[in-house]
Amino acid sequence: MLTRLANPARFMRVSGALLPWFGGASAVVLALGLVWSLLIAPPDYQQGESVRIMFVHVPAAWMALSVYLLVAVASGGALVSRHPLAEIAAQAAAPIGAGFTLVCLATGSLWGRPMWGTWWVWDARLTSVLVLFFLYLGYIALVNAFDDSSRGARAGSLLALVGVVNLPIIKFSVDWWNTLHQPASVLRLGGPSIDNSLLLPLLVMASGFALLFVWLLFLRMRTALNEKKARALSLYGQPPARREDSARARSPGLATGPT
Amino acid sequence: MTAFETWLAMGGYAAFVWPAYAVAAGVLGGLALWSWRRHRRSVDVLARLQRQFGARK
Repeated sequence: MLTRLANPARFMRVSGALLPWFGGASAVVLALGLVWSLLIAPPDYQQGESVRIMFVHVPAAWMALSVYLLVAVASGGALVSRHPLAEIAAQAAAPIGAGFTLVCLATGSLWGRPMWGTWWVWDARLTSVLVLFFLYLGYIALVNAFDDSSRGARAGSLLALVGVVNLPIIKFSVDWWNTLHQPASVLRLGGPSIDNSLLLPLLVMASGFALLFVWLLFLRMRTALNEKKARALSLYGQPPARREDSARARSPGLATGPT
Repeated sequence: MTAFETWLAMGGYAAFVWPAYAVAAGVLGGLALWSWRRHRRSVDVLARLQRQFGARK
């Protein structure tokens, strides 16, 4: 049933209609978030103006984790159902997730220097996020490492699934181990421990990041589908009607040629 | 100091706050630009092939 709901042609139609809306919404929300974060939000009573780094650091961290979860779920779906969109979604999302993780690590370092007195420590939270970054890079490298792209996709999917164990480690690292990193102050039992004047701009920035992600994801998935169609066209002179055709397009040696 | 200069100074944390925003803008903006260009190219290539083969859309 899911296969019927999410066939590539329908995806192209729906995502094409939604793309400008997500693009526009992310631009507006990010602009609002930036003004709020840099101008309106008050300085923290302990951390002063340096707290403004939080408004990019924390949303980037949330996205780094959520996008990885999406890559893993899509990879699982690709392994089980062999649905072509699942693979494409995972591969389109991975570089975006790697980008968010990089932003999280870099801004965290820039925040750590004035607050902790160090750019980096090898503690549980920081190290597990660095591992997440390498998981993204490993997935991207593995997917592109094979001549036969379907084998690369399968190997990448397996890596993405195994890497899921890292997500709870990141989330709970601040509770399980002694670390310089502070424990969760928003997503925690008993509600956020952060004041609304800082929480609201944080949530606006997080929404902006999420909208930007969806826009990028649709854009990159559409790119992948266009490229797939173009590859089939240049091989056979017609677009792939069904999945069997696109499977043959990957290994032209087996193809019987245009009919 | 003018109000603008005070804001730029970020209470002494300018050297950390501004690079943090610059990194975020650079990485995410770069990702958006790269993805957008690649998308435009894929649309152009596909359109050219479809004209060439007279294929249905």
